[in-house]
Amino acid sequence: MRTGALMKRIVRQFMRDKRTLALLIAAPLLVLTLMYLVFNGDTYKPKLGLIGMPEPVVQQLEAYGAAVSVFEHADDADAALKDGRLDAYVTLQSGGTIVKLEGSDPAKNRAITMLIGRMAQKAAPSAANASLPAPEFQYLHGSSEMTTFDSLGPVLIGVFAFFFVFLIAGVSFLKERTSGTLERLLATPLRRWEIVAGYILGFGLFTGIQAVLIATYSIHVLGLMMTGSLWLVLLITLLLSVTALSLGTFLSAFANTEFQMIQFIPVVIVPQIFFSGLFNMESMSPWLRWLSHLMPLKYGADALRSVMIRGEGWNSVAFEIYLLIALSLFFMAANVLALRKYRKI
Amino acid sequence: MMTVSSGCVDVRGAVKRFGGKEVIRSISLQVERGEIFGLLGPSGSGKTTLVKIIAGIDEATNGEIYLLGEKLPKLAMMNRIGYMAQSDALYAELSAKENLEFFGALFGLKGSKLKARMQYVMELVGLGGHLGRTVSAYSGGMKRRLSLAVALMHEPEVLILDEPTVGIDPLLRQSIWRELEALGRSGTTIIVTTHVMDEAEKCNRLGMIREGRLIALGTPADLKNQTGGGTIEEAFLRYGGGQE
Ligand SMILES: Nc1ncnc2c1ncn2[C@@H]1O[C@H](COP(=O)(O)OP(=O)(O)OP(=O)(O)O)[C@@H](O)[C@H]1O
Ligand SMILES: [Mg+2]
Repeated sequence: MRTGALMKRIVRQFMRDKRTLALLIAAPLLVLTLMYLVFNGDTYKPKLGLIGMPEPVVQQLEAYGAAVSVFEHADDADAALKDGRLDAYVTLQSGGTIVKLEGSDPAKNRAITMLIGRMAQKAAPSAANASLPAPEFQYLHGSSEMTTFDSLGPVLIGVFAFFFVFLIAGVSFLKERTSGTLERLLATPLRRWEIVAGYILGFGLFTGIQAVLIATYSIHVLGLMMTGSLWLVLLITLLLSVTALSLGTFLSAFANTEFQMIQFIPVVIVPQIFFSGLFNMESMSPWLRWLSHLMPLKYGADALRSVMIRGEGWNSVAFEIYLLIALSLFFMAANVLALRKYRKI
Repeated sequence: MMTVSSGCVDVRGAVKRFGGKEVIRSISLQVERGEIFGLLGPSGSGKTTLVKIIAGIDEATNGEIYLLGEKLPKLAMMNRIGYMAQSDALYAELSAKENLEFFGALFGLKGSKLKARMQYVMELVGLGGHLGRTVSAYSGGMKRRLSLAVALMHEPEVLILDEPTVGIDPLLRQSIWRELEALGRSGTTIIVTTHVMDEAEKCNRLGMIREGRLIALGTPADLKNQTGGGTIEEAFLRYGGGQE
């Protein structure tokens, strides 16, 4: 009843604040769309210069998707490499093939070495007994069509569900304190846990809408790879934002101004993004990897990946789901305790 | 054995420390039911700290507070106390009506009772025509009056007002005091802090605080007689400043 009144008030306040509402709802969609455009563009075409190559090789390279230009002298190719018209050039020298790369972008380097590698295999089919017959690739998860956006998508959904909610809920709760209304609330029979619950429910409504929007938009509009259950994705996204909600309101107890709340972003949010699977963690040192177990965003992103890319069901993500619930409850309880600072009962 | 006081508010040896600093130094006082009790004292003397303790928001470091026979702090007692803070604590994005609805609901008011109380308290503070307006469009004095209206919503038995009439024009101040006196006659106990001397004159009894100590207690007439001055202001200056 009292919690209901608080919830109603929060919803009313939030509806008046159109800009914040837009930040919560529209901003994640906008950023996701940008990410989609960045990572989902046309496949990269290596710009190759060729010197003294036989015609079939030129044709084969073009068939593999390279943008080929033919040079007479190595000097000309060098100049082209320098001012960025070429990514690499290939020349024959005393029986060997020399590939000279521009070299400043590792992704391009990899693409070019792979391309030349394929050419070399092609040139010497079954020359040695050790070579394999032409391979056919099969995928356990994903497909050859899978783009970078597909693999990052689940993590991005998690990051945006987490980030905006954390910030908005934290600042709102802080404002309650700085504007003196928290003290006024504590002069009513409202219990401390009712305040926390009211906030979670009031904001929960908007984060719920946000979770549904982010997930359905990226799957149905942006065509993000999705092999599992949509309901599981929605559940995980929602739990992740509830965790952000409870963490944000709890941490706001340790900030005195809105600016201090912003200072939590590099300390609390950015490390979580690093550890959430945007970058490969296997090469990380073990003690650093251990840190990731403390981060709610990692559990959410892992679970989203399992469902969306590997199509796994409840059983394989149950652990992460329970953990997110436990973390939310923990942060809520911690917030109820933190409010003791303002009223003991 | 502790005896439960017959008085409405009973403060016994209250001490409040912030860190090492003693802000309230062993204050004891009683306020009777239906009394209007004024707290006077220079800025920083501890008035707000004391009324917050009496309102059950803050807890005394030492000493005991009884309100209507119950020991504070106690959550259930919040229903019987109306508190108006020194600075307005309102939700600026919401209308006056929505603010009152919210605080009313926290005290369990609903339906027609809530509506009736809302109309009544807004008329009382002279804001009857501004119920639907957003609080951010209110003037300073209007916000002050709305804060008073919020404190009155649930018909509290004890009303605690921290400088309620700051920024309110003399005419409105007079009408608000008339209402406070009427509430007092009907049995509401009122504790009010003030810097305004003609308001102090209207209290049944006054307490003067200086550096966290209660240095004088009595009716306005008593205080004037004790200091030999003709006005409360002179008494205030005597007690507040050059006593030593
Ligand atoms: N939360 C706090 N932490 C530390 N010191 C405090 C705190 N609240 C008040 N004080 C100190 O207690 C003293 C009394 O403050 P209080 O607000 O009660 O004064 P006041 O009599 O209400 O003054 P005014 O008339 O200006 O409102 C002041 O010296 C103030 O610095
Ligand atoms: Mg004060």
